[in-house]
Amino acid sequence: MVQTKIKVTNLNFYYGSKWALKDISMEIKSNSVTALIGPSGCGKSTFLRTLNRLNDLIEGARLSGEILLDGENIYAPDVDVINLRKRVGMVFQRPNPFPMSIYDNVAYGPRIHGIKSREKLDEIVERSLKAAALWEEVADRLRQPALGLSGGQQQRLCIARLLAVEPEVVLMDEPSSALDPVSTLKIEELIRVLKEKYTIIIVTHNMQQAARISDYTVFFLNGEMVEYDNTEIIFTRPRDQRTEDYITGRFG
Amino acid sequence: MASTTRQGFQQSLEDLQQNILRMGSIVEQVIAKSVECLVRQDARMAAEVVEGDVVIDEMELQIEDQCLKLIATQQPMAKDLRKIAAGFKIITDLERMADYSVDIARIAQRILETGQPLIKPLIDIPRMAELAQVMVKQSLDAYVREDIELAYTVARADDQIDMLHNQVFRELLVFMMEDPKTITQATYLLFVSRYLERIADHATNIAEEAIYLATGERKELND
Repeated sequence: MVQTKIKVTNLNFYYGSKWALKDISMEIKSNSVTALIGPSGCGKSTFLRTLNRLNDLIEGARLSGEILLDGENIYAPDVDVINLRKRVGMVFQRPNPFPMSIYDNVAYGPRIHGIKSREKLDEIVERSLKAAALWEEVADRLRQPALGLSGGQQQRLCIARLLAVEPEVVLMDEPSSALDPVSTLKIEELIRVLKEKYTIIIVTHNMQQAARISDYTVFFLNGEMVEYDNTEIIFTRPRDQRTEDYITGRFG
Repeated sequence: MASTTRQGFQQSLEDLQQNILRMGSIVEQVIAKSVECLVRQDARMAAEVVEGDVVIDEMELQIEDQCLKLIATQQPMAKDLRKIAAGFKIITDLERMADYSVDIARIAQRILETGQPLIKPLIDIPRMAELAQVMVKQSLDAYVREDIELAYTVARADDQIDMLHNQVFRELLVFMMEDPKTITQATYLLFVSRYLERIADHATNIAEEAIYLATGERKELND
């Protein structure tokens, strides 16, 4: 039985007077990969960012509707946003490791959350780097600066950093668009493995990537959710003509 | 929303369909000729059918390459993908039809070699061949125009061919019972009828592909 991890109901989002998300309702399943696709400016990244309240920081942004994480409203007044972002982590388009050592990058989150024991931190760092499929490449140089890693390694380091705080949901905003093809495939393989433990939502402009790695695909257009279905259906026989036109490259 | 962004790709898809149609029209002619050489007892025409098969095999490979190239370079999705996938299967069906036609022409050659005149004037078999040709043409039109109605028309014609095949079978059975000397030729003719029935089944497959292309749904028309 597939369980719902996130339930979105009648979500509307405005940047000032711009209506960026229009009445979105959907359920995101646990332990699955959901891909968000659509042309630039369609609202997919905005939607992604509503899921861990990253849009809160934007001046003039306004939101209505409801987003439930495991049945709890993440926009309720008593929600601890820091804790929410620990549960719902994010990986960005460009790898953004901190200018510190590989070890300290991964240990950063756990330290903030109060873990001081050296032993415990060592264990978390090793486990997280292994989970991000990076351990073997960096095990002998944990003290070296993270910025000396390749782009693909940096991105996996960012994923390790995220996994170190044991999130439940991982949001990815075009995580491989700045990477070479081999690094991209490594990230994709990683996503496939990670979904066993986490719920993953990914924004991608790469249609083949969405088709390869996701279980569900959502097509956004002009702030609307046009179609949401099993990935296989979206890419072989979408129901909506606009989805068809987009994925066959007729526009966008 | 017509293609403004992928004109080159659009053109390639149209070329692909044109090539499939061209292959289809050659196959139609071969079906007609194979039965005609049998009816007319024309050895030269039979040889032409047998020798012409390489051309069709060549076309199949060429179109297959075209499909593979589009898949490899264009990452087709949705209807584009279905169009190419259907094309892939259609050319296999067409190639099989041509093989059956060659088999029919070979039978015409064998009957000629026996020196025995036709045991009866052929009526139902040419009718089957005509019907099969129409089915091939209509199924391919259904594919190119994404015309579901036409695809169903093909399926109905297939029922008619099956009926004719049964009729031929019973008739030949009577001949064989009455006069054992007809057994060899009657058996050959039974094969011909069977091959035409198979050709019609392949046309029905193409009609199924046309429905899949148009709707994304799999429909079983052959039963």
